[in-house]
Amino acid sequence: MALLKCENLVLGYDGKVVVQDLSFEVNSGDYLCVVGENGTGKSTLIKAILKLHSPLNGSLELQEGLKANQIGYLPQQTVIQKDFPASVEEIVLSGCLNHMGLRPFYSRKEKQLAVENMAKMGISELAKSCYRELSGGQQQRVLLARALCATSKLLLLDEPVSGLDPSVSVAMYSTIEKLNKAGVTIIMVSHDIAAAVKYATNILHIGKHCFFGTLNQYRESEYYRYLSGISHGGDE
Amino acid sequence: MTQLFEIIARYFSYDFVVYAFIVGIMIALCSSLLGVTLVLKRYSYIGDGLSHVAFGAMAVAMVLNVTNNMLIIMPITVISAILILLGGRRKRVNGDAAIAMISVGSLAFGYLLINAFSTSTNLSGDVCSSLFGSTSILTLSTTEVWLCAVISVIVIIVFVLFYNRIFAVTFDEDFSKATGLRASAYNLLIAVIIAVIIVMAMNLVGSLLISALIIFPALSSMRILKSFKSVVLFSMILSVVCAAVGMLISILAGTPAGSTIVAADVLGFGICSAVGAIKRRNRV
Repeated sequence: MALLKCENLVLGYDGKVVVQDLSFEVNSGDYLCVVGENGTGKSTLIKAILKLHSPLNGSLELQEGLKANQIGYLPQQTVIQKDFPASVEEIVLSGCLNHMGLRPFYSRKEKQLAVENMAKMGISELAKSCYRELSGGQQQRVLLARALCATSKLLLLDEPVSGLDPSVSVAMYSTIEKLNKAGVTIIMVSHDIAAAVKYATNILHIGKHCFFGTLNQYRESEYYRYLSGISHGGDE
Repeated sequence: MTQLFEIIARYFSYDFVVYAFIVGIMIALCSSLLGVTLVLKRYSYIGDGLSHVAFGAMAVAMVLNVTNNMLIIMPITVISAILILLGGRRKRVNGDAAIAMISVGSLAFGYLLINAFSTSTNLSGDVCSSLFGSTSILTLSTTEVWLCAVISVIVIIVFVLFYNRIFAVTFDEDFSKATGLRASAYNLLIAVIIAVIIVMAMNLVGSLLISALIIFPALSSMRILKSFKSVVLFSMILSVVCAAVGMLISILAGTPAGSTIVAADVLGFGICSAVGAIKRRNRV
């Protein structure tokens, strides 16, 4: 039942290897958290999964008829978006484009989908607001609603709470948890180990030595003991 | 006041003035369409680079004494647009430098070519008019007017058809690519349209001032409006109004058409900035 299967993956760019020998799989309904320190190749992995970047070696397969355009993506915010004049509605709708084929305009179906996903994210009343005037947490919800328009199967979240207030982060995590409970498979990149341990079902640790396993296996591994020791001084 | 209207009415009884207006307004409309995208994607420099390339190409056309110089200018500019885009994507910093090189290089070579080989008696006049726009807008033939009209309509149709996708690619290229939109193809489309618009607009404002026509309306409307659609629509309206006002003033006061239009655009930007600042202050 694997949606995504990676075997002996080697990732890197400009001839430099960043990640060696990575093997893992993601099953339908999983909540996989990808953790690891900065510069260990988490973003490169995301780009590889999204086919924005091809792996140097190894295989990365989408299975069960999952197509590349059925992956919803929550990217980190770019500089361009900081002063982009667009309404929330326009941005959420743009997530629908991937299943429209050659049709140039949105039909009622896409508009309905956008309305539903805005409601799911609790941003319905912001539909006409300007994206650049929203708070960081609201902006993330807009982008999440857009990702949901693109797919309801697999969501890839790249540091979804970076730059958010602690209380907003908690709300964001619980939204993501709700989506997962509703059947959306989640792959989340984060360096927030505490949150990873709290919400994820599986952990992929990228670093000098990679680890992949269920949450319980991870808790017993040396990686967790080492990392939790420095991140919040002891066990949970 | 009635006297002024009479003068205007008299000018408009001439065919060439009417043609100039039609062409000017169509060019203003098209050039503002993609301005928002270019500004937001940090592509403003492409317009500048391409306009200089177009000048170089025109010099070649002049020297070769081709009857319809569009045949040379258009392909060269379109190809350069594609090359600049491909180069710029690979390495941003080098792309910047490459454009500076290409644009200054083609300016220099263009002038050199004209100077060395041109048979024209009014050399500096020719150069000046191709750099800053000229009376050539008043000497358009019906064929040129039609050509311009057809190209404008094509540009507008393409833009409308791809509007939603252009928005998506402008807002978030990575997301678009990840969800299966062919972002690079749309980037290419944007570059080609820009090249076409620039070649068209050379008649109106000259190759040095084209960027202004593309960028000012977009920047102005971004100051005050909040959704992408409203920004695009308003920049079209603003661009047409500024072009019309600029041409009217240039006819009445005898000023050069290109620079008067750009001056009107700058004024429009000033007004929009002020309105935007007031709006923001009231909100806080």
